[in-house]
Amino acid sequence: MIDTIVIVISMFFIIIGALLTVISAIGLIRLPDVYTRAHAASKSSTLGVMFMMFGVFLYFLGRDHHFEPTLILAILFIFSTGPIGAHLIMRSAYYSGTAYTNSTVRDELKNAE
Amino acid sequence: MTIEFTNIIIIIALIIVSLSMLGILYRVIKGPSLADRVVALDALGISLMAMIALFSGLLNTKYYISIIMLLGVLAFLGTTAFAKFMEKGEIVEYDRHNRHRH
Repeated sequence: MIDTIVIVISMFFIIIGALLTVISAIGLIRLPDVYTRAHAASKSSTLGVMFMMFGVFLYFLGRDHHFEPTLILAILFIFSTGPIGAHLIMRSAYYSGTAYTNSTVRDELKNAE
Repeated sequence: MTIEFTNIIIIIALIIVSLSMLGILYRVIKGPSLADRVVALDALGISLMAMIALFSGLLNTKYYISIIMLLGVLAFLGTTAFAKFMEKGEIVEYDRHNRHRH
């Protein structure tokens, strides 16, 4: 009984993670410039992949009674390195002069040295 | 009975993730600047990690799980190296003490 409940919860996690990955792809296609695209890609894709890995973790736990700590480690690693990678890429894109969209209201980094 | 049901849901999730990987691949090909392509390739690597996790659930094996960790480390290293290359023009600097600023 409890195994069936854990498996159903894991299926919910997997479906929600797949839908978050679709939202990340739509944001990458439709948004106007680099910075908004990185906003969509880093946050939504990271959360979706974390959800799917946690779903697979619960699936192994419910079906085989098998605890897999490498998946927990991978979730923590994604959670800490995904935003750092996006930050590094956006910082180097700004300082190498990548243009932003025309509807930007103000640029706080322009006069900062 | 419940095993077939979960297999169907995992296959549906795999199809959804692979379609969104096609959307990310469109941005890799078309993206006007270099940063677009790097961001899209990073998202592509992360989606590949999710696909490997789903496949290991589908194929009922636990030996694919270590590939996920390896792929995450490699994607982060590649993104970091590319960010440093875009900003400074070189990845590993040989001038340690900033003697020649240029």
